[in-house]
Amino acid sequence: MKKNIVMAAGIIAALILFSSGYAVCASPPAAGDVFPALQLPVPSGTGDKSYLGIRGGNTFMIPDVKAKVVLIEVLSMYCPFCQREAPHVNEVFALIEKNPDLRNRIKVIGIGAGNSLYETQVYREKYGVPFPVIPDGDYMFHKVLGEVRTPYFIGINNDGGIPRVFFSKLGGFQNPAEFLDQIVRESGL
Amino acid sequence: MIRTCTAAAVIGIIMCALYTGPAFGLSEVYKDNIYTPGNLKPTDSTLTVAVGQRAPDFTLPSVHHGMVSLGQYLGKKNVMISFIPAAWTPVCSDQWPGYNIVQDLFDRYDAVLLGISVDNIPTLFAWTNQMGTLWFPVLSDFWPHGKTAAAYGVLRSNGTAERAIFIIDKKGVIRSIDIHDINVRPPLESIIKELEKLNR
Repeated sequence: MKKNIVMAAGIIAALILFSSGYAVCASPPAAGDVFPALQLPVPSGTGDKSYLGIRGGNTFMIPDVKAKVVLIEVLSMYCPFCQREAPHVNEVFALIEKNPDLRNRIKVIGIGAGNSLYETQVYREKYGVPFPVIPDGDYMFHKVLGEVRTPYFIGINNDGGIPRVFFSKLGGFQNPAEFLDQIVRESGL
Repeated sequence: MIRTCTAAAVIGIIMCALYTGPAFGLSEVYKDNIYTPGNLKPTDSTLTVAVGQRAPDFTLPSVHHGMVSLGQYLGKKNVMISFIPAAWTPVCSDQWPGYNIVQDLFDRYDAVLLGISVDNIPTLFAWTNQMGTLWFPVLSDFWPHGKTAAAYGVLRSNGTAERAIFIIDKKGVIRSIDIHDINVRPPLESIIKELEKLNR
């Protein structure tokens, strides 16, 4: 009898978790959510790998990134808004890198929704994007992230434990310094 | 039990990732103004031209470049024609803005791009304004409706065009045809690969 109850509870819990995993299709990650366990392809460039602090393997997950905070921009080479916003995002990256208190504590990663590796390379070259942009040609990661419109920014606390979203926002920002201040403030760095 | 639950959550995420509905990473620049037609029949027309044939000439009004003819590029430029199905729809809206940042690649292969849609000029004006300033002419094949699309055999049964790419050399000969699945954007590298072949 007891065994049957445990089994039934297990099945119900599994169904709930299955639904919650599937439900991430419907909405972008919100502040407080656990960031989905995406298996991202390791970038081929040594500079990108070194920036992320990843040594080997074919894939990596957010907890593998050597930083307390990870800022993800979901973008697309084909997105006019992302194209216009690219200099602002580059400026955020530059502000992080020249601040000794933030450098190595915040890392920026782009995810190219619907973009092949070639297309992410074209985008990076065109706009001088200094951070890694992960290709997502078949929208696999984009679907898990709620099929957000682009650009979309997700801030993740990545301090050793479970990566948790603290910031989730559609669209661009006018002032890179203010945006970075907001990220720092809301992350609790 | 914990193992079962963890596996269930992971399977849920995998199922989500493998969900095969229409996928597009729509730009926020269009806000809520994009009409989503759902998953469409991948192709719905019969091609009337072939690689190696002379491309049918056309003269169409453009949004910012006056009347544009294919013939005006004869002996001067290679031409890529990009037919898109309709303005204000998901995949189309995130196709030409990508071409807009690679004019240097088109220049490298001495090629121009002509974007063609069966929408009328005012619609194309409003739609392409969201994309920034496009360097290439956007032509309206609105009236007689879809005449040019029909001449190439890419007019669908509902009056929209296929998502199709034709690459035409300086002699006016079709060198490459891609009638793409209407639900999917052709990858840029496949276009560039075909442009590269023009110089061989």
